[in-house]
Amino acid sequence: MDSVLQRSFDVAVIGAGPAGIAAAVRASESGARVALIDDNAAPGGQIWRRGASQSHHPEAEHWLDRLSKSSVTLMAGTRVFYAHKGALAAESDHALSEILYDKLILATGARELFLPFPGWTLPNVLGAGGLQALVKSGLPVNGKRVVIAGTGPLLLAVAAHLSEQGAEVLCICEQAPFSRLCAFALTLAAFPEKLVEAAQLRFRSRRAPYLTSTWPVAAFGQDRLQSVQVSDHQCLREIECDYLACGYHLVPNLELVRALGCRVTDGSAEVTELQETSESAIYCAGEPTGIAGLDLAIVEGQIAGYAAAGNLHSARKLLATGARYRKVTSAMKKAFALRPELATLAKPDTLLCRCEDVSFQDARKHSSWRAAKLHSRCGMGPCQGRVCGAAAEFLFGWTMDSSRPPIFPVRCSSLRAIGSPANPAQRHGGSP
Amino acid sequence: MTRSADVLIVGAGIVGAASAFELAKAGLRVTILEERFTSAGATGAAMGHLVVMDDSEAQFSLTHYSQTLWEKLHEELPAKVEFERCGTIWVAVDDLEMAEVGRKCAFYRARGVHAEILDPQSLRDAEPHLRAPLAGGLLVEGDSVIYPPAAASFLLEKAVELGASLNTGTAVITLEKGIARLADGTTLSAGRLINAAGQFSQKLTPGIRVKPRKGHLVITDRYPGTVRHQLVELGYLQSAHSSSGDSVAFNVQPRSTGQLLIGSSRQYDIEHDEVEPAILSRMLQRTFEYLPALASYSGIRVWTGFRPATPDKLPLIGPWPDDPTLYIATGHEGLGITTSLATGKLICSHILGQAPAIPVEPYLPSRQMVTEAHV
Amino acid sequence: MSEILTVRVNGALVNVPAGSTAAVAVMLSIGACRQSVTGQPRAPLCGMGTCFECRVEINGQTHQRSCQVICEANMEIKAHG
Repeated sequence: MDSVLQRSFDVAVIGAGPAGIAAAVRASESGARVALIDDNAAPGGQIWRRGASQSHHPEAEHWLDRLSKSSVTLMAGTRVFYAHKGALAAESDHALSEILYDKLILATGARELFLPFPGWTLPNVLGAGGLQALVKSGLPVNGKRVVIAGTGPLLLAVAAHLSEQGAEVLCICEQAPFSRLCAFALTLAAFPEKLVEAAQLRFRSRRAPYLTSTWPVAAFGQDRLQSVQVSDHQCLREIECDYLACGYHLVPNLELVRALGCRVTDGSAEVTELQETSESAIYCAGEPTGIAGLDLAIVEGQIAGYAAAGNLHSARKLLATGARYRKVTSAMKKAFALRPELATLAKPDTLLCRCEDVSFQDARKHSSWRAAKLHSRCGMGPCQGRVCGAAAEFLFGWTMDSSRPPIFPVRCSSLRAIGSPANPAQRHGGSP
Repeated sequence: MTRSADVLIVGAGIVGAASAFELAKAGLRVTILEERFTSAGATGAAMGHLVVMDDSEAQFSLTHYSQTLWEKLHEELPAKVEFERCGTIWVAVDDLEMAEVGRKCAFYRARGVHAEILDPQSLRDAEPHLRAPLAGGLLVEGDSVIYPPAAASFLLEKAVELGASLNTGTAVITLEKGIARLADGTTLSAGRLINAAGQFSQKLTPGIRVKPRKGHLVITDRYPGTVRHQLVELGYLQSAHSSSGDSVAFNVQPRSTGQLLIGSSRQYDIEHDEVEPAILSRMLQRTFEYLPALASYSGIRVWTGFRPATPDKLPLIGPWPDDPTLYIATGHEGLGITTSLATGKLICSHILGQAPAIPVEPYLPSRQMVTEAHV
Repeated sequence: MSEILTVRVNGALVNVPAGSTAAVAVMLSIGACRQSVTGQPRAPLCGMGTCFECRVEINGQTHQRSCQVICEANMEIKAHG
């Protein structure tokens, strides 16, 4: 039987990526009792993921160090599955927590967008960030041949990291055309440090050709990946490789945002300049307010952390920096917009929903996400539509507009516990 | 713009689908009007348990008749309908409930339904995950389970093959005197109209007494082989029969995917479809009292639905006294999936003036007009 | 020089760097974590706990997302790929 821990905090932060860490640290420095809740075993989210190999990112070290020295209560390995005003229910492997809060900061980050194509379900076809996460989690890639594909700045970062780990990055296939990437690079002229960073990343993966207007159309192999076929409009090329790391940039994790009734416009959570959502006492920072990368996430996290702790003075001091970084958002959207060919790669029998093995043609015949779920079972599996639903938004224009608890699969005993009064086993903020 | 059909059916849930199928088979031109998408109402939320019930002769008659229709149809059903004759075990916790098991068994057997009393050991053998000690149970082998939206789609596809038209995204504002007025202002006319709008049927025919009765369901990840039969507590009928208040009853179904479908809860007078933690908690607590292992199973989805419920627990199937063109086919509460096929047949008999296979009096909508003073 | 840990995947001993996730242990040995509902072999996709493709049984607990579980010495991993 799960034990139920009830704890109260001034500020609860969900998501321990850069935005969440920054928010928690600043709120705590401003005098609030803060909880930082994250599903992963250690803080850092995706981009600052540590693991078997230590992170080299100095900024990450800086913030993680501040976090460990702060009085923030870190609840790692903990998944929030139910939220309402003033309280959250979260499950970890051996316990259930009811977390009471005055202010809530949603820093739930983003996940990669996966688009179906023939062979995409083969073992060793992963996301770009996906392969990177596994390498950081101990997967050796020394001597392995990797094709990196998809779209977005992440591809360069992944190429650099894998090259350093000894992988043979055969090529980087970016679906965006060269002209758009140049235009993006020009907008980055306002952020010379970003251009330098991009150049450095490119240098670290310099042996790998960077092919624009190129995308994977099929993956081949028996029980695992053996080769990838890529297209650049004019010709098809088949490349033998060990891993295909393919992701089409990012989609924000909006499940909690929607579940709490916060307004979402154009796929992003609406926030004020102080990061407040349309629901009072609920803030949002980082990718869910608009995919814009690390720098803005850290600024928004700090603004939210200060604001939630009532330290408006410090929050306002960061507004100008935030505004500056925010210019990247629309530039990124334009640069890495998905070309229409990507919607035509799936064949009728290509799977769209991997949890339930629902084919593209079985899902497509419906008029909405809800109808498709009910009739084809697409999205009814444990990922709750996180993979197929995001793809369906691009492929068919369906919005996954509702969000019902549990927003993450949890033990049935946890579902039972959210409706009964919690045992006040612990009632204080701060570390256990 | 008026198009004519012989019959207009409002509601593409399983009852509307079954009615369309029967009427199309009989050669009538049928148009089905659905506001959202097929099975968007109770059919899409339902458990899909095809069960014979003994709480009254009328309920037995309708469920038993309908079950024989499902038996005749089941070989034609495509795989997506997931038809499984897993049987039902009514579970007894004490001697009082075992006495009820005895009564139930005699009732079924006297009417040709195969039923077998299970002692505690046989119950353990049949369902090892049920907690012990329990007093025993009643095994009804002829009961089955299906995936309702797929069944409704199958019936609609058959109807369409026979010439019916299905119009989704079409809201009907009024339905009377041979005319359906749509939300866009247009009208359709037909010789006969059928209100099969489930939880919305009272809006369409003010005067019928059908109240939505909210239920919650949970589905787990795949745990194949843990439960073999649909398991229902004997207290289920008490819960189904109460005319007020909230209640829960143990009711678990094994799906062919290996997932477990967990019910059941009943609430009146709730309009929103949000998941409510308090009653969900009671339902799960009840579940763990019978199947403790489920506490550690992964629950991947929770949803709610609204059963269309009538005051006397029997559906409304037949002509509406005030309007010679209008027929009602709703109010099936928790037995809509089971009795859909029978409803289709009975509605068809009414419309064609043919002799029905079972007596129709208990389900006539006119009974509501006689008993009520005024609502 | 990082430590090496030994776990079991489907009964066979597998060495992984300390701090590795169970997903890595599976990828290094049998290569697939699970069979899909139509019997296809599946391995990790997202690496971050959202796709559920990496589910395995760990120390008797089924449906564990192996990319979210850090290996411990003598961990018993059963992958049905």
